[in-house]
Amino acid sequence: MSPRRLDAPYGQLIDRDSPVEFEFDGELIRGYRGDSVVSALLGEDRWLISRSFKYHRPRGPLSLAGHDANTLVQTPRAPNQLAEDLDAQDQEIVSGQNFLGSLRADRYALLDRLGRFLPVGFYYRAFFKPRGIWRYWEAFIRKTAGLGVANLRVKPRYSDKQYLFCDVAVVGAGPAGISAALTAAAGGAEVLLIDENPYTGGALTYHRFGLEDVTREHMLAQLRSSLAAAANIRVLSGATCNAWFSDHYLPVFQGERLLKVRANTCILATGSSEQPVVFRNNDVPGIVLCSALERLLLHHGVCPEGPAVVLAGNDDAYLTALTAIDAGLTLAAVVDMRPATDNPALAAALAERGVTCYFNATVYEAHEDASGLRLGSVDVYNIETAGQVGALTARIECQLLAMSAGLMPAYQLACHGGAKLEYVDEKAAFALTQLPEGMLLAGGVNSIHTLEAVCADGRNAGRQALRALSRPADDDEAVECALRVNHPWPIFKHPRGREFVDFDEDLQVKDIINSARLGYRDIQLVKRYSTVGMGPSQGRHSALTTARLIAQATDRTVSETGVTTARPPVKPEPLGLLAGRRFHPVRKTPLDSRHRALGAHMIPAGSWRRPAFYGKPSQRTACIAAEAQAVRTGVGIIDVSTLGGIDLRGPDAAEFLNRIYTYGFLKQPVGKTRYAVLTSEQGVVVDDGVAARLADEHFYVTATTTGVDRVYRDMLRWNAQWRLSVDIAQVTSAYSAVNVAGPRSRDVLESAGCDLDLSAEAFPYLACREACVGGIPVRIMRVGFVGELGYELHVPSLMAQSLWDRLLSAGAAFDIKPFGVETQRLLRLEKGHIIVGQDTDGMSHPGEVGLEWAISRKKPFFVGRRSVEILMAQPLKRQLVGFSLSVHAPQPKEGHLVIRSGDIVGNVTSCEVSATLNQIVGLAYVHPDDALPGCDITIRTDDAVCVQATVVALPFYDPQNERQAL
Amino acid sequence: MPLGLLKYGRGDDYPYERQPDLPGPTELKDHYDVVIIGGGGHGVATAYYLAKHHGITNVAVLEKAYLGGGNTARNTAVIRSNYLTPEGVRFYSASVKLFEGLANEFDFNIMYSQRGQLTLAHTDATVRAFRQRAEVNRHFGGRTELIDRKSIAELVPCLNLDPAELPVLAGLWHKDGATARHDAVAWGYARGATQRGVELHQLTEVTGINQAAGRVTGVTTNRGTVGCHTVIQAVAGHSAILARKAGFELPLVAYPLQAMVTLPVKPFLNPLVSSSALHCYVQQTGRGEIVIGGGSDPYPLYSSRASLPLKESLIASAVDMFPFLSEMRLLRQWAGITDMTTDYSPIMGVSPLENYYLDAGWGTWGFKATPICGQTMAQLVASGGQVPELIQPFALERFDRFQQVNEMGATAASH
Repeated sequence: MSPRRLDAPYGQLIDRDSPVEFEFDGELIRGYRGDSVVSALLGEDRWLISRSFKYHRPRGPLSLAGHDANTLVQTPRAPNQLAEDLDAQDQEIVSGQNFLGSLRADRYALLDRLGRFLPVGFYYRAFFKPRGIWRYWEAFIRKTAGLGVANLRVKPRYSDKQYLFCDVAVVGAGPAGISAALTAAAGGAEVLLIDENPYTGGALTYHRFGLEDVTREHMLAQLRSSLAAAANIRVLSGATCNAWFSDHYLPVFQGERLLKVRANTCILATGSSEQPVVFRNNDVPGIVLCSALERLLLHHGVCPEGPAVVLAGNDDAYLTALTAIDAGLTLAAVVDMRPATDNPALAAALAERGVTCYFNATVYEAHEDASGLRLGSVDVYNIETAGQVGALTARIECQLLAMSAGLMPAYQLACHGGAKLEYVDEKAAFALTQLPEGMLLAGGVNSIHTLEAVCADGRNAGRQALRALSRPADDDEAVECALRVNHPWPIFKHPRGREFVDFDEDLQVKDIINSARLGYRDIQLVKRYSTVGMGPSQGRHSALTTARLIAQATDRTVSETGVTTARPPVKPEPLGLLAGRRFHPVRKTPLDSRHRALGAHMIPAGSWRRPAFYGKPSQRTACIAAEAQAVRTGVGIIDVSTLGGIDLRGPDAAEFLNRIYTYGFLKQPVGKTRYAVLTSEQGVVVDDGVAARLADEHFYVTATTTGVDRVYRDMLRWNAQWRLSVDIAQVTSAYSAVNVAGPRSRDVLESAGCDLDLSAEAFPYLACREACVGGIPVRIMRVGFVGELGYELHVPSLMAQSLWDRLLSAGAAFDIKPFGVETQRLLRLEKGHIIVGQDTDGMSHPGEVGLEWAISRKKPFFVGRRSVEILMAQPLKRQLVGFSLSVHAPQPKEGHLVIRSGDIVGNVTSCEVSATLNQIVGLAYVHPDDALPGCDITIRTDDAVCVQATVVALPFYDPQNERQAL
Repeated sequence: MPLGLLKYGRGDDYPYERQPDLPGPTELKDHYDVVIIGGGGHGVATAYYLAKHHGITNVAVLEKAYLGGGNTARNTAVIRSNYLTPEGVRFYSASVKLFEGLANEFDFNIMYSQRGQLTLAHTDATVRAFRQRAEVNRHFGGRTELIDRKSIAELVPCLNLDPAELPVLAGLWHKDGATARHDAVAWGYARGATQRGVELHQLTEVTGINQAAGRVTGVTTNRGTVGCHTVIQAVAGHSAILARKAGFELPLVAYPLQAMVTLPVKPFLNPLVSSSALHCYVQQTGRGEIVIGGGSDPYPLYSSRASLPLKESLIASAVDMFPFLSEMRLLRQWAGITDMTTDYSPIMGVSPLENYYLDAGWGTWGFKATPICGQTMAQLVASGGQVPELIQPFALERFDRFQQVNEMGATAASH
């Protein structure tokens, strides 16, 4: 069967020359380019789209604007997509979701029958007796909950992000938004006009604003041509502004792109959300909002099967009725919940067209047709008092019901900005108040509904925006709108329930009332207890009814009750677009290619990659042993470029270091290095490095690879307070460094053409020099982290490769061997050097880790001094010591605990097998009473195997420090 | 179907046979034995144990907004005890034990769901720290172990083990890790407390703390002045502000903490999964929503506004961990205010003001401590100020004495 569509002017959005097709629920669906999945389905008279969350009731479209959750469908890639938002042309396979069996025959629909045993919050009342049973019930309940099925195999699609800036962002391109944009642009502002629909014009494209539908098309054409002519308006169509964040920061989703808009002023012209009437079975497929019927006719040219009934709470619904009749839909009746129309001409016009109007009446119950999946008839009852009905007036056979209980401002974006939604009970009218600075409202969201007034309100917003931008603007026009759009009580409780307040969560009138009756009186507690408004449509169609019901149940007004907070986003938004493209920066030292050529096994060190050792991971132990051997007996070389580098220059450089680090630096001679320990204000050791004094007013300080950014930041922060005369620059990337270590390291440097006298007398341990190696300028420090004669050469990064190549070729004669960071860890452990961050934790103070010697007691101040003194005056609670045990014992791992009399007293921080010492050696925190060399400690290793280790004086290797001072 | 539900089939009106969960509003009395400021989980839990264990029922819980509407409502309901320090592990383990029996104790299902919590290590340093946490946990009887990539892949097959250039090296698998319906915990306590005579006053804001001769005498509220013998403050994010009204400072800094959920999908993720390096955690609720959360915002702020940059970075991390999440839809985003201490442990016990007790500094770890916190605070009050051993390490004076309980490494991003 080919889709039956109306001719133009109906079907503005579809291209009748471009048929498209896709599969829905196993059947081929045909539609046209421009159709959404829903409109194509409705074009084939298929109204069953999905199953509801709790009772698995059949559901069809409600708003046709992508604003409700009744049309959530599944595609092969993604669950939970609004079928209105899916272009039919882009789809191959679409299916309903949340069913067992098939969409038409969902076996979970049994839950609908059991509904009366499942009152609101039923899961709080059962499933936990006897103790332990819940876990079994939970598994079942989890399966029936949830909606679609995530496809765990999909990979993220490409999506990107763009920043946009404008003077005025106008959200909503209906008559109000366009008028606002035109006015602001005419006054010289740069305007961004954002609309979620693929067209401009908003309600002008489908809604008639008066009995005679004459001005609509003319006005639409006029506004669109003015828009096209305006130079400084950029229109973003098909773009959803999904939130308002502080300072007018707007995330706008357009296609596969997230636009991040920063606006000076923000005009919300987001219109209103039409509200459903609450009666029994108001969720049966075929029951839609009036605006949905209008969209279906005008946008998609689909004229549904009749007969139809219109259920009116305002005059607007009569306009829908007229539109439907004009389009050829058979209208069985208009049922008006009011005693009369506000505009008598409307009732007369329908009477003229032979349509029966029932006044003071409502649809009290809807019935499914024989299939059980589509509207078959409605029962019309007289209304006696608010919410109470009298006798059955008529049963009307119909396949379609269009309803309108009123218009609620599309308040979401305003509420993201902290605005409050007020409700005037007597007039059943809304007002948004307490708007953030620079946010303006226009049109429906401002509770203005007649076309002339909407446009004038838009122009006024444009003018106000201009004034906010300090641009001249005309005086505001007077805006009046006397139209009453909201019925005060469109809620009809039925003894058998199923009058849905919240379609997303399958909540009926009694569920809301019972929540309050149980004591959950606050609207927020009602929300949390009943889950009203927590579904995908975020309460767009349930908030007002809930507020009314709670107000009535707790003897308050709707204003006092309030509505629940609207939180971002406005509509569900794809995570992929928020994530965007991923950038994972990795830092490589200038020697990276050299390491890889040498077969290094690279590991992460912060954002850097460093060689762990050179060789295959499978031969890790052998590689590390060979590298260590080379350093201990010959010479090795390691890339230490990742070490942080900070250059400090100025008359106060020494004073600054003296305040930052624990040691004394004022009297440090030029040409000498000093160990620099940094403590936090809590007295905890947080970083260390070496400070080299290159000149009176020039220090070069190293910091740990992962700590340097924090150290540099802290230095800047402190100096912002101290205002010393010192310039601080981070030069980590500007300089690269290698450490040449081992008894033959001096030979290598000499052979490489170092222009210094390298003798121990001329260049002793802990000295620093500026020199040239084969013409390459270097800063050389004689430091010994690994415990051998060694030289750390710092070189401008551009020359790092030349230096490395030169040292390696000069070193070839001495069998120089590159070594990695894991080998270095072993070597420094043998030498008893701690690594800050590995052998210290968030509580380690200098006294615990053997750094008392690095604290200057003479100077008046350093960062953390007060805390360090207090901590070091207290009895030690633990102490970091060296321990050793036989190579044949189970090797303790870092993180294993030290146990004393059954209690935890400390933990292992470093532990390696030392081939040099033929022992397992390590560092551990132990009880202070066990800290003396010779004490036995118990370490609990894997599988709770306890081993005894012996505390050993540090360093393990070369206790007399002879080798590094050669 | 459980038989307990059959009675509801009789008609619309329920409950028939019992009083409401929460009584309606009443007038404030002139005097109470105990005033608890803050009607969140901690406040009502303390009231509950005061009434149940100690027979102290002349108690008013004063809440400026509505029951459990602060961080009790905003947290992502992670329950765990895999901390680093013995003090922390002992305390949170006691809490987990209490959680396990709460539903039956309340006769109200808090939907306690022991799914296990998996934290991913991407660096050597984290592996070392995790091993230590596993060891400390096991020492105190917790079920925690360090597991390798293969075991991780078996536990969570849909997890990307090589996210963001940061290969997963190992995981800390905490079998006791659980979640529960956070609101139900507050409601269960409030219900049990009010049934025993405790008064819960919502929309009642404390604006001043009245004192004489160094001890508290009452509170001033937007509904008038109330006298009392003892006050407990349990106001989470606003702890420092309230303490200032009582005349002393707390070493707390307030940071916003954000979280978000997606639309619900059918269950695919059982454990609670977090990454130490990506600062992101992901879990699936009983309703099927995916909850995504992470570290606090990097600046202090007394505002529960949500922000775009944090949403982008958190979701990017979540998509790194579970690439298919890119096709899921985000439903809601929110924020709470966390009161952070320097050592990531709470402040509990006595204050400089006599008879004025502190329950503060709960940062991102408040929900999981609700039961044990209520129980120990009630003991503290009932004993007239004898601090129970379990919470002695968390005294305010530890900051002056330099005896902090450092949980920083065991808290970031796993909550």
